[in-house]
Amino acid sequence: MLSKRIIPCLDVRAGRLTKGVRFADNRDIGDPVESAARYYDEGADEIVFYDITASAEERGIFLDVVEKVASRIAIPFSVGGGISSVKDMRDVLNAGAEKVSLNSPAVLNPALISAGAEDFGSQAVVLGMDVRRVPVSEAIPSGYEIVIQGGRRPMGLDALAWARRAVELGAGEICLNSIDADGTREGYELTLTRLIATNVRLPVIASGGAGKPEHLYAALTEGRAGAALVASIVHYGEYSIRELKEYLNARGCKARLDGSA
Amino acid sequence: MIAILDYESGNQTSVKRALAFQNIEAVITADAGVIGRADGLIFPGVGAAGQAMGQLRKTGLDVFLRGWVAQNRPLLGVCVGCQVLLDYSEENATQTLGILPGKTRLFEASLKEEDGRPIRIPHIGWNAVHQEKDCLLFEGIAQDAEFYFVHGYYPEPAPECVLATTYYGKSFCSVLGRQNLWATQFHVEKSGPAGLRLLANFCSYCNSL
Repeated sequence: MLSKRIIPCLDVRAGRLTKGVRFADNRDIGDPVESAARYYDEGADEIVFYDITASAEERGIFLDVVEKVASRIAIPFSVGGGISSVKDMRDVLNAGAEKVSLNSPAVLNPALISAGAEDFGSQAVVLGMDVRRVPVSEAIPSGYEIVIQGGRRPMGLDALAWARRAVELGAGEICLNSIDADGTREGYELTLTRLIATNVRLPVIASGGAGKPEHLYAALTEGRAGAALVASIVHYGEYSIRELKEYLNARGCKARLDGSA
Repeated sequence: MIAILDYESGNQTSVKRALAFQNIEAVITADAGVIGRADGLIFPGVGAAGQAMGQLRKTGLDVFLRGWVAQNRPLLGVCVGCQVLLDYSEENATQTLGILPGKTRLFEASLKEEDGRPIRIPHIGWNAVHQEKDCLLFEGIAQDAEFYFVHGYYPEPAPECVLATTYYGKSFCSVLGRQNLWATQFHVEKSGPAGLRLLANFCSYCNSL
């Protein structure tokens, strides 16, 4: 039986770790390589890095960070932000990532998903979805809309329809981020998580809103997610990854602990 | 010294990093002369069986691998490098190396998880590896320790080659082997401390020969 995964997400800007609330008000919270190594030691199941500025000038610095992280962790490593071509994917994979997370550029150019799946395999392509709750309409029957460019640009695209399309195009996993919940620490958007996880047969990583261990439990049980992305809840030392996993295991939600005999 | 087979399969550098992590010297190479001087060979792989076999045939490494195993030299296959050791893969309907008896099959869509829901395919994530036989690779690793899997197809070798099993909708073989040949369906190089230990166990054995 699969364990539920806990995945710390590190936003990187100019080679430093940063964190915002609802995609804004970012502040510097440390060194990304040291943080990744610490999460690895605490038992993280995977690590996600996002280049949140993704400017051409800072791309080199970011790739350098990716390479340093890859040599410090022996678990899967995903990288997102600023990936808009097969070359960008190859750059981060060559720097040591196993997976790329495609977000805004995939919405603008869905063929990017199939191109990535063809060249690197579906297992290397994670669809990152930023989603906002909206009134149900003919265009948005699920009541959840895809928003791109850091939450600034609504696309008039239904989140469930987009997830299904991405499966057909060859995405291997879905990282589902609720903009309404992002950084609030008030809990994951469970309705959204459950909607996508029950209607799409890919693993869904719930993202946005974790503030307490019970939020993870809810996303992984009621929300039916296979993994939970965590940021604020672990970045400020409030909880360690190990504490979160012990909590989940105690409630019968299986999480991986140390495997040494 | 350990050789990591280079055949454009994608994850050789991850394997090298996982070895470097524990100060184990390794070289990524497709050169038969270099591999010949190595104490052991790691045969990694990601992607599709058809593509992997095409690349191995093109470079003559298919013949080399059969010869290596025939001489009973130590080999560790990983993921696609595990699957193609068998006779046949349902992925791209590919004739594979035929070093061990068995075939690689697609997870049946009708399989169910413990909660009765259909399994998600591919099988992605951490799952328990149940050691069925004593094996030097498992030294220091707990029974049912978890490893990282990413695959839509699974190996089904002859029963005598099954060293460990994993449950995902059904029980399948996750570690197989015979004599000095071993292979893991999971990504040993991405499986945290347990995976590093398994790699180190293989390398120590190679270096002890």
